[in-house]
Amino acid sequence: MPLEIITQEQEQGAQPGAKKVPNAAKPEPQAVHQDVAAPPVASKDSGPPKRSESFVFGIPQNGLTSKQREVPVDEPPPLARNADLRYIGKPTARYDGPAKAMGKGKYTADVQLPGMLYARMVDASVPHGRIVSIDTAAAEKLPGVRAVYVVQHTYGLAELRDPKQETPSRYPLIRYAGQPIAGIAAVSPQIADDAAKLIKVQYDPMPFVVDRTEARAADAPAVFPGPADAAGSAGGGGGPKGVPQVGNVHGPQRKQTGDPAAGFAAADVVVESEYFTQVQTHSALETHGFVVDWKPDEVTVYASTQGTSSVRNDMADVFKLPKSQVRVITEFMGGGFGAKFGIGNEGAVAANLSRMTNAPVKLMLDRRQEHIVSNRPDSHQKLKIGAKRDGTLTAIELTSYGTAGVGTGAGTAGPATNLYTCPNLLTEEYDVFTNAGPGAAFRAPGHPQGCFAFEQAIDELAVKLAMDPIALRDKIDENQARRVERQLIVERTNWRNRRPAGSDAGPIKRGMGVAQSVWYRFVSMNSSCEVRVSRDGSVELMSAVQDLGTGTKTMLAIVVAEEFGIPPGQVVIRIGDTRFPVGPDSGGSVTAGSITPAVRNAAYQAKQQLFAAVAPQLGTTPDNLHLAEGRVLFKNDPSRSYTLKQITGKLPTDEISARATRGPEYAKEKLTYGGVDYVELAVDTETGRVHVEKVFGAHDCGRPINPTGVISQINGGILQGISYALFEQRIMDRKTGYMLNANLDNYKILGAREVPEIEIELVENYIAQSSTDAAGIGESAGIITLAAAIGNAFFNATGVRMRSIPMTPANVLAALGKVPGQPGQEVQA
Amino acid sequence: MNKFAYVDCKTVDETLAQLGPDATIKAGGIDLLDLMKDGIVAPPKLVNIRNVSSLRGITAAPDGLRIGPLSTLTEISVHPEVQLRYAALSDAAGHAATPQVRNMATLGGNIMQRPRCWYFRSTDFDCKKKGGTSQDCHAHEGENQYHAVINNGTCAMVHPSSTAVPLLAMNAEVELTSKRGKRTVPMSGFYVPPEKSLINETVVQPGEIITSIFVPAPEPGTRSAYQKYGEKESFDWPLADAGVVLVMAGQHCRQARVVLGVAAPTPMRATAAEAVLTGKTIDEATARAAAKAAMQEATPLSQNGYKTQLFQTAIYRTVLLAAGQMQRDPSAIG
Ligand SMILES: Cc1cc2nc3c(=O)[nH]c(=O)nc-3n(C[C@H](O)[C@H](O)[C@H](O)COP(=O)(O)OP(=O)(O)OC[C@H]3O[C@@H](n4cnc5c(N)ncnc54)[C@H](O)[C@@H]3O)c2cc1C
Repeated sequence: MPLEIITQEQEQGAQPGAKKVPNAAKPEPQAVHQDVAAPPVASKDSGPPKRSESFVFGIPQNGLTSKQREVPVDEPPPLARNADLRYIGKPTARYDGPAKAMGKGKYTADVQLPGMLYARMVDASVPHGRIVSIDTAAAEKLPGVRAVYVVQHTYGLAELRDPKQETPSRYPLIRYAGQPIAGIAAVSPQIADDAAKLIKVQYDPMPFVVDRTEARAADAPAVFPGPADAAGSAGGGGGPKGVPQVGNVHGPQRKQTGDPAAGFAAADVVVESEYFTQVQTHSALETHGFVVDWKPDEVTVYASTQGTSSVRNDMADVFKLPKSQVRVITEFMGGGFGAKFGIGNEGAVAANLSRMTNAPVKLMLDRRQEHIVSNRPDSHQKLKIGAKRDGTLTAIELTSYGTAGVGTGAGTAGPATNLYTCPNLLTEEYDVFTNAGPGAAFRAPGHPQGCFAFEQAIDELAVKLAMDPIALRDKIDENQARRVERQLIVERTNWRNRRPAGSDAGPIKRGMGVAQSVWYRFVSMNSSCEVRVSRDGSVELMSAVQDLGTGTKTMLAIVVAEEFGIPPGQVVIRIGDTRFPVGPDSGGSVTAGSITPAVRNAAYQAKQQLFAAVAPQLGTTPDNLHLAEGRVLFKNDPSRSYTLKQITGKLPTDEISARATRGPEYAKEKLTYGGVDYVELAVDTETGRVHVEKVFGAHDCGRPINPTGVISQINGGILQGISYALFEQRIMDRKTGYMLNANLDNYKILGAREVPEIEIELVENYIAQSSTDAAGIGESAGIITLAAAIGNAFFNATGVRMRSIPMTPANVLAALGKVPGQPGQEVQA
Repeated sequence: MNKFAYVDCKTVDETLAQLGPDATIKAGGIDLLDLMKDGIVAPPKLVNIRNVSSLRGITAAPDGLRIGPLSTLTEISVHPEVQLRYAALSDAAGHAATPQVRNMATLGGNIMQRPRCWYFRSTDFDCKKKGGTSQDCHAHEGENQYHAVINNGTCAMVHPSSTAVPLLAMNAEVELTSKRGKRTVPMSGFYVPPEKSLINETVVQPGEIITSIFVPAPEPGTRSAYQKYGEKESFDWPLADAGVVLVMAGQHCRQARVVLGVAAPTPMRATAAEAVLTGKTIDEATARAAAKAAMQEATPLSQNGYKTQLFQTAIYRTVLLAAGQMQRDPSAIG
C-alpha cells in the first residue's frame, strides 16, 4: 500500500506523538513523529556501522524463510523462531499479578503522602454559556479548605482558528456540561466536597445542542462561532485541521484514490447501506487522576497515565519548568484505553493547587466526571461498494459524520481504506461539534465504528454475490497473515456448518459471522532503557515506559531473561519513572514494538561488557563465552561452566550497565497487524437479547513475546468489543445537555455472565524489522471486529441486518419489527 | 454526602424511641446510601436496625410464611421451604441485583427502596417528586427508554423491587409498628401510585417500621414463578419482570395472579391477563393470549414501545415456567 496512507494516519492522529495539548504553546515536535516511517537503512557512509544478518521471516503456516538485513554492529545476533527460544514466546504469568491480586499494587488513587491534601474538581452545570462570575469566598472560608484554583484555560477542546471571533472573557467559555471550572484542595475529601457546593458560578447561558443529527441542521446552535480545530493526543484521536467548516459541521476530510465513478460504472454489483454507532465512554476502572507534590527543586507527579513522558512534557510546557525538575511516576495503572495522555485539566489543576498550598495534592475525578472527560465519538456512515461478479472490488465510497463533542476525531475511514485491495476509493469524513465532552483516542480510534459498517457491508456484498464471506475475503485481501487466520477459522470452528440466514424456526435463532481488523505498525523512537548487572548476579532493567495493565513489565522481563538465560522472575523490572531513560507513551499499540528492541540490545550489551570484564580472569576471550540456563558456558569447552553469580563475582566494579535506544526499523515498509474474529451467537427474537456464545479469534502481532499477555489483551479486546456492540452507550438529555447515565449502573458494561467461551490462536509473523520483531496487540485485539462480527452473525441468525449499535432489546426489537409503530429492517432470508 | 447522626438499635422499642421526624431507618443501606451519595436525600439522623435481632428470621408455619424484614435476599432465596412452596419469591430474591448486593439487601429495604428514574435520581433535575417546581415529568419529553409503559401519565418512574412482585401475587401482608401500635397492610394497598401522591411511594408513615412480612400459605395445586428481563444478565435493573401464581388442577388453571414489576410506577396486577388464564388449560397459546391482554392498556412513551413486547415475552414465558411447561429462560437476568 502507498506510503501516503501512513502519512494520512499520522494526520488523523491515529499514531503516537501528536501532542495532547495542554497549552496553546507550539507543541514541541517529538522524535516519534519523524520516525514512524523509518528512514531506509543507512547507506555505508552514514549512521552507525552495520553488519549483514539473516533473519527468520514469514509465517510458520506458510513455511518460514529468511531475510537479509543490515543491522547496527552493536545489536545482538538475530533471534531464532519462538519455538527454538527459551523464554520468549513461552506463556508466562503476569509478573505483578500476585501484587495486584493481593491489593499490594499501589495505583495513583492509592498514593498517600505526608501532609497530602485532597482535591475536588468543580465543573460546569450548563452545557453552553459564558461565566459571568465565580464566587469562591464561601468555599475558601470553610475550615479545612487550603486553596481554590479557578481554571484559566481548559484543555482538550477544539480551539477557534480565529480567537477574535469570540469576545474575550475572564473565564473560559463553557461549551459542555461538566467542563472543569475550578479545583479545591482541602484536608479531607469530605471537606473538599462540601466546599465544592459553596462555589457560586453565575452563567449567561447560551443555546446548545447535544444531538449529532440536530447539530447538523443549518439553524442549530453553534458550538463554536467559527471554524475550530482540535489537536490529537499521544494515543491518536483528533481530527484534521484546516478543513472547511459550516455551522457545526467540520469537514470533510476528503481522500480519493483512482476514479470511484469509473469503478462503480465497471461494477457488476453495488451495495449501498447506512450504519450508526453510539458514543462509548472509556470507563477505566481507575478514574483519571494525579498526585502532585510541588517542591521548589523538583515537582513529583504520580499519574494515572499511559505516558510518563507525555505528562512530563506537559508539566514542563504548561508550568515553564525544565524537564529535569519534573519527575513522573506510574507504578500501577488502572486502565486508560487512550484517554490518559498528558496532564489534562485534572493534572493542571492538581499542580496549581499543590504549588499554591506547598503540599502534595491528590485529585482523582469521580465516576461522573470520568464519563464526561473523554469518549469514542459516534458515527453515521454511508457506504457504497462496487464489485465484479468474482468479488474483485472496483470502488468504495464512504461518507461519515460523527460527533466528538467539543473535540474532533470522529473519522471512520481506516478499515474501508486499509482492509482490502481496491483501486478506486473516496472517503469523506465529517466531525460534528456538539455541546458534549470531547472525544479522545479510544482503543483503535475510528476503527470499531468503521469496521462495524464496512465489514457488514462486505458481508452484504457476499450475500449479493452469493459468495461465502470468507471466500470473498480471500479474493480481496492480499495480506498473508489474515489469509492464514481465515483458514484457521474455517478449520477450527463451525464455519463449514454455517446455514443460510434465518434458518431457525423458533424464537431463538442462532448464527455465525466473521469480521477482520487492521492496525498499523507505529514505532516510537522515545524508547530507551538501561540494564544493570551487579556483582551479586542480580539483573535490573530501568525505563520510564509504563505498564498500563497490559503486561509490559512481564514482557520486558522475558526479553532480558532470554539474553541472560535466567528465568524472567529473576529480572527486576523498574519502570514507570521518568528518572529512568525515556520510554514511549503507550498509544497506537507502539509499546512492545518500540521498547523491546532497546531492552534486548541493552541486555546484550551489558552481557558483552560482563564477558569482556571477566574473560581475562577466566583465561579466555569474551567471544568464547555465552549464557544459557543461568550459567556461563564456554563455547570451545562444553565441560566448563560457571553460574552467573560466580562470573559476576569477578567484576572489577560493583556494577556494570548498558543503555540502549530504539534504532530505526531495519527496512522501510508499510506493515499492518490484524486479526479475524469469529462469533457464534443466539438471538432471542422475543426479548431482543443477543447472547454471544463463542468467539474464536486468530490474530497476528509480529513475534509474540509473551503469548499469555497477548492472549489476555485479545480477551480484553473481545470483551470490550462485545460490550460496545451490545450494551454501552452514553445517553444525553437533549433538553438540558446533561449525561443521564454517568455512572456504572445505567452506563452498562459487560459483566461476568456476558462472557462467552473464547479461544485465541496466535499467528506468528516474523517481519525482520528489529532485534525482537515484537509488535503491539492492544488495538487490533477484538475491539475493532466484534461489533461487525456480531452484526454478521446476527444477520446469519435472523436474516435481518443490525444497522445500529448497541444491540439492546430496544434496538433489536425495533429492527425485528416487534415494536409497535416502528417498521423494522427488511428480512433477507 | 451530608453529615448525619448515627444510632445503632438492638430492639424494636429502642428503634421506635429513636424514630423522630428527622430520623431515617437504615437496614442494608444499599439504596439509602446511594441516594445520600447522590444528594437526593440528606437525612440528619440514621437509625441502624441491622442489629435488631427480632427482625431477622424466616418461619414457615402451616398458615404461611413469616419473614423478618431484615432477612437478606440471599437468605430468602436459599430457604428450602420458600423454594418449595413460594417459588416465585425465592426466584425474585435470588435474581435481584448481584450476589454481593443480595448478601446485604434486606427484604424490608427492598420493598421500601425508592423508584428508578434518572431524572429523579440526579440533582441536575428538579422534579416534583423531589419537591421541585418543574411542572412536567422530564421523562415524558425526555429519555424514557427505561420508564413505565402503563399508568405513566403523572410520573413515569418504575419501582424496581423484585420481591414486591411475588409478594403482591401471593397476597402478602406487611406488618407496620409504631409507637401507637401495630397495623397490617396488604401488599395490594402498600404502594401509592403517583396520581395519589407524588412524594411517597408507600403507605408507611414517619415513625413506622416494618416488623414482619406475612405470606399466606398457598392453596393446594399452587405453582409460581418469577422472571426478570434486562439489557444484560449481570448487574442490571429490570426492564420487564413478571410474577405468576397459578392454582392448578392438572393443566387446568383454577385461579391466576399475574403481577408486573416495572410496567407501571408501582408493581401492578395484570387483571386482563389473569382473566384470560383463569378457567383455561395452560398452554403456549393461552399464555401468549394472556400476555397480549396484559399490554392492551399500555401507553408507551416515545422510546419505550419495545417494553410492551418485552413484557409480553416475560409474561408468557413466566406463565409457562410456573405451569412447568418451560425451562427457566436464559434471557432472564440474574
Ligand atoms: C447494581 C444493583 C442492582 C440492583 N438490582 C435490583 C433488582 O434487580 N431487583 C431489586 O429488587 N433490587 C435491585 N437492587 C436494589 C437493592 O436490592 C436494594 O437497594 C436493596 O434491596 C435495599 O435494601 P437495604 O436493606 O439495603 O435497604 P436500605 O438501603 O437500608 O433502605 C432502603 C429504604 O428502606 C427503608 N427501610 C429499610 N428497612 C425498613 C424497615 N424495616 N421498615 C421501614 N423502612 C425500612 C429505609 O429507610 C430506606 O428508605 C439493585 C441494587 C444495585 C446496587
